[in-house]
Amino acid sequence: MAVFKIQRYDPEKDGRPYFQTYEVPVEQGMSILDCLFYIKERLDATLSFRASCRMGICGSCAMYINGLPRLACETQVTSLATDTIEVRPLPNYEVIKDLVVDLAPLFEKHQRVRPWIIPYDPVELDRPTKEYHQSPAELERYLQFAYCLKCGLCLAACPTVATDQEFIGPQALAQAFRYNSDTRDGGDTERMAAVDTLHGLWRCHMAGACAEVCPKGVDPALAIQLMKREAVFGKKKGRARLADPPHAVKLLPGILKAPEPTVKRSEGEI
Amino acid sequence: MRESRYWILSLVAAACLVVLLGTHLFLMHLDTLLAYLGMANPDPLDYSAVMARGRSGGWVGAYILLLAFSLYHGLYGLRSVLSEVVSPPGQRMLTWAVIAVGFIAFTWGTYVVIKSSLMGGV
Amino acid sequence: MRRYNNRLGIRGWIYAGNYGLERYLYFLHRISGLGLILYLLLHIGVTSARIYGGAAWEQTMSLLSGPAFKLGEYVLMAGAIFHAANGLRLIITELGMCIGTPGRQEYPYVSSVRKQRPLMILIMIVIAVLLLLSGVDFFLV
Repeated sequence: MAVFKIQRYDPEKDGRPYFQTYEVPVEQGMSILDCLFYIKERLDATLSFRASCRMGICGSCAMYINGLPRLACETQVTSLATDTIEVRPLPNYEVIKDLVVDLAPLFEKHQRVRPWIIPYDPVELDRPTKEYHQSPAELERYLQFAYCLKCGLCLAACPTVATDQEFIGPQALAQAFRYNSDTRDGGDTERMAAVDTLHGLWRCHMAGACAEVCPKGVDPALAIQLMKREAVFGKKKGRARLADPPHAVKLLPGILKAPEPTVKRSEGEI
Repeated sequence: MRESRYWILSLVAAACLVVLLGTHLFLMHLDTLLAYLGMANPDPLDYSAVMARGRSGGWVGAYILLLAFSLYHGLYGLRSVLSEVVSPPGQRMLTWAVIAVGFIAFTWGTYVVIKSSLMGGV
Repeated sequence: MRRYNNRLGIRGWIYAGNYGLERYLYFLHRISGLGLILYLLLHIGVTSARIYGGAAWEQTMSLLSGPAFKLGEYVLMAGAIFHAANGLRLIITELGMCIGTPGRQEYPYVSSVRKQRPLMILIMIVIAVLLLLSGVDFFLV
């Protein structure tokens, strides 16, 4: 048996959040999310929380569990090594109900850094003639940061976000660095303009909490410091080479031919 | 000027301060350690000692540099901490307030340093 | 619809959960910095007594002696030592040194904070030694 202390808040009834206690029979292998589902199905159907994939991919079940922001699905009950488990909504957001917080500020800040590839050559993007070639080393320069789930744990951990509503935050800054480091991208200047403000890049002071809580090893702290380094010392960015599509190159021996496309393109279509 | 320039300046000031302020604190307060290292400085806060330092060119330069770096770094830090808690309309005022405080303190400090360098012996 | 604002505020600088020491150093760096800038402004005022002659200087100095001021001086010294040494660590890490490079991540993830931890520990030892040395100099000898 484990005792779950869960923070409840119903905007229609409660002025302030309060704690409610549930007893859950836990076994080896149960995650916090399993326990929350147990409570919702058998003990109290009014408990609200967000969850979807149950496997650490969607980033919906981010909550504050025993003193750290974590994904409920990725947190094993036994790994907490205690029988009292306190579950609260993520700090630094507005609580909509119980464990559900409003992530709108996260997405708004994410959009602000233009988290997409801004091509050097828009014509090539519209009417591609060749394929972009990227070496494994060039891929690994940003791959780590591309695993971001947008779960919002890092903003809950960040001490600057705790006071500064306008601080652009570790998630958005890491994504700015992810696209800046992509050799297909040419949008550094635009992104730098978006983050080089009073509430931008320079309000990070390497507290490192975002890197500690990230469930995917994205390490926003690393991205932010490297971005500062580039802002101070400048950077040399290679451009992705345009390579011929496979039909124009000879296959190396031993490499299988790719299957024919299942959808045929009509003549003249891009 | 963009925010990055202010930040880099603050960083450079910080690096210089580690050296300058470190020396300043060492010479002013750690007299036993100084004596141990053979650089005995009987009473650095004695009026005649203060004025003697104030008359030498090296000290005047060091004091003014120390004043400039520490005021810039300190007030930039103060502004960045306060800008997190001040509401947006107050932030512009905050920047101006910080600039005003810095200007007044630097002017006064420089005046004191130069004035005492011109004062005669005691 | 009414909402409950869960922003931590200034309390979030001090405590927000079971994080590593770095997050607490963030707050200590802040508070020592704020203390030092306030003291600096005071210091500029106090030391300007010297342009009013020897008597004025001696009077100000006698005003600022006594065990309470001695302790205050030591706290300031400690703040300066901490802020300088920890600031050195921040300069190093914020310029992207000692925090590792991006790469493929495998579980268990080793974050940049973990990679800079040896540097942090070294800096903390330096701070402890300097605090001890200056403490001995201030109070014992």
